[in-house]
Amino acid sequence: MKKSFILIAAVVLLTVAGSILAAATITIKGSDTLVRLGQRWAEEYMKINKGVVIQVSGGGSGTGIAALLNGSTDICEASRDMKEKEYSKAEELGIHPFRVSVALDGIAVFLNESNLIGELSLAQLKGIYTGAITNWKEVGGKDAQIILYGRENNSGTYVFFKEHVLNDEDYSDYTQTLPGTAAVVNAVSKDINGIGYGGIAWAKGVKYASVKVNDTSAAILPSVETVSSGTYPISRDLYWFFNGKPTGELKKLINWALSPEGQKIAEEMDYVPLPKEQAQKMMVD
Amino acid sequence: MEELRFKPKSKITEFLGSKLIAVSAFTALIGILLIFIFIFKEAVPIFTNPEIREEASVDKMVFKQKFYEGREAKWSWQPNSKIPKFSLLPLFIGTIKAAIIAMLFAVPLAVGAAIYTSEFASKRMRELIKPVIETLAAIPSVVLGFFALMVLATFLQKTLGLTFRLNALNAGIALGLAVIPIIFTVAEDAMTSVPRSLREAAIALGANPWQVSLTMVFPAALPGIAAGVVLGFGRAIGETMIVLMASGNAAILSASLTDSVRTFSATIAAELAEVVFGSAHYSVLFFIGTMLFIFTFLINLGGDFILIKLKDRLQGRMK
Repeated sequence: MKKSFILIAAVVLLTVAGSILAAATITIKGSDTLVRLGQRWAEEYMKINKGVVIQVSGGGSGTGIAALLNGSTDICEASRDMKEKEYSKAEELGIHPFRVSVALDGIAVFLNESNLIGELSLAQLKGIYTGAITNWKEVGGKDAQIILYGRENNSGTYVFFKEHVLNDEDYSDYTQTLPGTAAVVNAVSKDINGIGYGGIAWAKGVKYASVKVNDTSAAILPSVETVSSGTYPISRDLYWFFNGKPTGELKKLINWALSPEGQKIAEEMDYVPLPKEQAQKMMVD
Repeated sequence: MEELRFKPKSKITEFLGSKLIAVSAFTALIGILLIFIFIFKEAVPIFTNPEIREEASVDKMVFKQKFYEGREAKWSWQPNSKIPKFSLLPLFIGTIKAAIIAMLFAVPLAVGAAIYTSEFASKRMRELIKPVIETLAAIPSVVLGFFALMVLATFLQKTLGLTFRLNALNAGIALGLAVIPIIFTVAEDAMTSVPRSLREAAIALGANPWQVSLTMVFPAALPGIAAGVVLGFGRAIGETMIVLMASGNAAILSASLTDSVRTFSATIAAELAEVVFGSAHYSVLFFIGTMLFIFTFLINLGGDFILIKLKDRLQGRMK
C-alpha cells in the first residue's frame, strides 16, 4: 500500500505539473512487467516529439484495466488479455477496449543453480504447481520436497501461468507468493529445492528449465529466438489497451512503438520484439 | 487554598487558541470516523448484494466448504480461482501465529530490558540503553522486512534445518523486533513511575535490590507492563510490510510454526492493488480491513484502559 500511495502521489503531482506545462498529455498505466518498456518508449518519444508529455506508471495489469474502465488513463498496459467480466463491464460503462500487442514475453521456469533437473514437461509443471507432485524425485531429481514460489494472485503472470500451464486449476495452497518477479528469482536463488516462474527479462542467479510440450517433444530453453518464433511453449503477448481505435497523438505513439525503431528499443530492454509481419499488421491505420 | 490561575494577556488570543486546539482534536476524531465509515461501506455488499453473497457470504468465509465434486471440503483462500474461495480461517490462523511468535520473542526481551534499565542500570547506562531501544522503533518496517527476507530467513533455515525458507517463525521474529520498543517504552515508564517512597520503605525493611524489583516494583507496575504487551500485540496483528516480505504468504492451515503463513494485513496489501473494482473479492478485502480496524481498535482501547487503571492505582486514587 505504501508503494501505491507514493505512486498515486507522484501521479497526482505529475498530472498537475503536466497539465500546466503542456497541451498534449498522455497517461499510460498498468502492468509491472511492461512498465520499464513503457517508460523507455515515453522517454524516446518525448525526445522526438516536443510538446507531448507522457506519464507512465505501473501498479499491475488489473490496476491499468481498472483505470481504463473509469477513464483515468489513455493507455492501459497489460500482460494479459482482459477477462470476459472486464470486457462486459467496459461495454456497460461505454468504453470500447481496443487491443494492440506491443511486444512478446516468455514465462521462464526458474530453478536453483544446484538443482539436478534441467527440463520439465508442461504436465510435470502442472503437477508440481497444483500440488500433485511434491517431491523432486518424482520428476527425476533428488529426494527432497519441492518448494513452490509464485506471484501474487492478481498479477498478469500468475493468471497467465494458471491458464496456460495449470489449465485453470488451483495453485497448491503451499505456493508461497511473492511481490514481483525479482523477489521470486531471489527466493529460488537462495532455496536449493525451490522452483519459480516469471518473465525472461529478469533472471539472475538462477537457471532456466527447458520446457517440453509433452514427453516426446524437444525441450526448449526460453530465449528471444524461441519466444519470438513461437517454439517456446509458455509465451504470451504484452498489450496496450485503448478506449476505441486510437487517433491523433495516441495513434502516432502506438505506430511508433510498433515501428522497427520502437521494437528495437524493446529488444534492447530484454523484451522480445514482435515478429516483423505481426508488428506491421498491428499498426493502426 | 486559593487556586492558581493563568491570566491571559488577551482574551481573544486565548479564545482563538482554545478553539483551534479543539478543532484540530475533532478533525482527527472525524478523520478516524470517516476512514472507518469508508472501509465499512465498501464491505457492506457482502451483506446486501445477492450476487456477491453468492460468492462470499460470511458463512462461506468461516465454515469449511465443499468446492468440487468428489473432493473433500476444506478451508481455502483462492480468490482468483475459477471457483473463488474466500475462507478467512487460514488467514486468521496465520495472523495469530505470526503475532504470537512475535510476542513470545519480544515480551521476555522487552520486559527484561525494562527491569534492567529501570532498576539495575547506572544512570549512564540507562541514558545509553533507552535511546538505543527507542531508535529501534524508528527503523522503517520495510527495512526489518528486508533484513528478515535476506538474512534472518537463511540463518534460521540453516541452523534449524527448515523446509520453508520464509515462514511464520521468521516473520514472527522480525515482527518481534518491531514490537520490542513499544513494550519496552511503556513497561519502563511504568516501572520508573513506581513511587520512590515504596522502594525506600522496602529497602528500610531490609529487602535487597532483587527483592525490591521483583516482589515490589514489578507487581506494582504490572498493569503498565500488561498495557505495553497489549499495545505490542495490537501492532503485531496490524503490521503489514514485515509479514508481506518475510512470511512466504502461502495460506496454509496448519499448527506448524515453520510453515509459511499469510496474514490479514499482508493479504490486503498484496491483493487490493489489482483487484477487480466492485467484485466480491474487493468487498472481502474491505471486510478484512474492517475486522482488522475493529481488532486493533479494541486491543488499543484495552491497553489504554489498563494504563489508566495503573495511573489511578499509583496515585492512590484506586478504591
